[in-house]
Amino acid sequence: MNALLQVRNLSRHYGQRIGCQDVDFDLRPGELLCIVGESGSGKSTLLNTVAAQLEPTAGTVRYRQRDGRWLDIGALSEADRRRLAREEWGFVTQNPRDGLRLNVSAGANVAERLMALGMRDYGRLRDIAKGWLERVEIDPSRIDDAPTGFSGGMQQRLQIARTLVTQPRLVFMDEPTAGLDVSVQARILDLLRRLVNELGLAAVMVTHDLAVARLLAARTMVMQGGRVVETGLTDQILDDPQHPYTQLLVSSVLTT
Amino acid sequence: MTPSYNFAFLDENTKRMLRRALLKAVAIPGYQVPFGSREMPLPYGWGTGGIQVTAALLGPDDVLKVIDQGADDTTNAVNIRRFFSRVAGVATTERTSEASVIQTRHRIPETSLREDQILVFQVPEPEPLRTLEPREAETRTLHALADYGLMHVKLYEDIAQYGHIATSYDYPVLVDGRFLTSPSPIPKFDNPKLDHSPALMLFGAGREKRLYAIPPYTKVESLAFDDHPFEIQQWEETCALCGSGKSYLDEVVVDDQGTRMFVCSDTDYCGQRQAEMPS
Repeated sequence: MNALLQVRNLSRHYGQRIGCQDVDFDLRPGELLCIVGESGSGKSTLLNTVAAQLEPTAGTVRYRQRDGRWLDIGALSEADRRRLAREEWGFVTQNPRDGLRLNVSAGANVAERLMALGMRDYGRLRDIAKGWLERVEIDPSRIDDAPTGFSGGMQQRLQIARTLVTQPRLVFMDEPTAGLDVSVQARILDLLRRLVNELGLAAVMVTHDLAVARLLAARTMVMQGGRVVETGLTDQILDDPQHPYTQLLVSSVLTT
Repeated sequence: MTPSYNFAFLDENTKRMLRRALLKAVAIPGYQVPFGSREMPLPYGWGTGGIQVTAALLGPDDVLKVIDQGADDTTNAVNIRRFFSRVAGVATTERTSEASVIQTRHRIPETSLREDQILVFQVPEPEPLRTLEPREAETRTLHALADYGLMHVKLYEDIAQYGHIATSYDYPVLVDGRFLTSPSPIPKFDNPKLDHSPALMLFGAGREKRLYAIPPYTKVESLAFDDHPFEIQQWEETCALCGSGKSYLDEVVVDDQGTRMFVCSDTDYCGQRQAEMPS
C-alpha cells in the first residue's frame, strides 16, 4: 500500500544540541505509529517537526494528499501549511488546555474547525457538535458549558472531538493520556482505539508508556538521545527487544 | 485661532505621515495601517486617533462637526470641536448636511451623507479578533490569510448563550469581501449605513496606532450565520421629542420613579425634525 507520510533523514537541532537526528519512517493510511522513549529522547521534537510546527534542520517530510499528489511540507507556504493542518491533519496536545479554547463553550470548541472551513449553518454546526460530544462520551447537555468546568479527562476527550470533527486523515498526538489517572487513561485509550478504527485514521502518537503502545499501535519506534534505536512491529519490540536500551525499557515496566 | 500652534495642532511632517498612512488605508479597504501615533492633549480613549486623522484632513475652508453617541452637546464633542476651532480656526457646525468633516464616536448620523463629506471614527480597539486571539502576530497572520473562522466562534457563542446574536455594537464586518474589520463601537443599527456609503469613512485608533478606511461605495457585509441572519435593533416606541420611528433611540430615565422615555440619539436629526413640526 502507498504511504501517506514519508519522513527522510529528518533532523532538528537546537543550536549545538540535538533534538532528533536522521529519522526515517513511512506511515501508511490507517496505521497508528507509536514513538516511545524516556523524557528528553526527542519524541516530542520529532512529532512537532513532522507536524510542521518546528522547522527541520535537515531532511524532508512528504505527505500524500487526498487527491494523490505528494507535498513537500518544508517547501509549503504558510497559507498551505495552515490549510493542511486545518483540513487534513489534526494535533492533540498533552495538556488539553493548550489545544482547547478555554473562554468559549464546548460546542464552540468542537465547531471551530468546521467554521474555519466555511460552514455557516448554526443548526447544523450544533447537531454535529452534539454528535461528537456523544461519540467522545461527554453528555451532550453540557454543550454550552465552558471547558474550564470539565475534568481533565473530559477536557482531553473534548480536545479529541474538536480535532477529529473535520475527519482528518492524519492525527498527531503528543502523550494524550499523560497526566490523567489510570482509569481515565484506559477510557481515553479505548475511545481512541475505537475512533481510529471507525474513521480509518493514520496517527503518530508520542508516549513514554509502553502499555499504550501495546494497546494501540501496530508499529513502534524507540528513541534514545534523539535517534531511533529500534523500530518494528509493536509486539515484536515488546516481546523480543533487540537494542539494549529497548531491553531496559521493557524490563523496567512494572508487572503485577 | 491661537497663533502659537501650527495649523490644526500637529506639525506638517506628522500630518504628511498621517496622510500617507490614510492613502494606504483607502487603497486597501479595511486593512489596518500602522502609523506613528502622537501624544495628544487628551487621554487615550477620548478620541486621540480620530483627532489625529481629523487634524491631517482639515483645511482652512472645512466645516467640522463632532458628535459623541450621536449628540453634539456632550463633553467629548464640545471639547474636540472647541479644540479645532482654536488650533485651526475652522468653522464648526452641528448640522450634518453643512459639515465637510464629521468626527464621530459611537454613531453614524441619521441624515444621509454625501460624496463630499468625510466621516472620521474614533476607535478604541481596531482588531475585531482581539478578544478571541490576544497575539498580535497571530491576528496579523489570520488577516493575511483571510482566515476568519474564529470570528464566527464568537457569534456562535452569542447564539448558544442568548439564543440570538447578542453582539449589539462593534459588530464585525467584512470590507470589500476581504478584510474583517471592526466598525468601531457603533450600534449594529448603523452597520447598513457603512455599505456602499457615498462618504469616505476613516478610522483612527490612537493608542493602538492603527488607521483604516472604508472608501466610498465599498461593499460592507455584516457577518452572520445562514440560519441566523444579521438584524438591526428595533423599537416599539417612537422618539418622544420628534416622533421618528426610523432613528436609533436612547432610553433615558427621567425621574427617581423610574419613568423612562425614548429619544433620538442623533440630536441634530431630532432637533431639525422638531423645528419642522407644526407648532
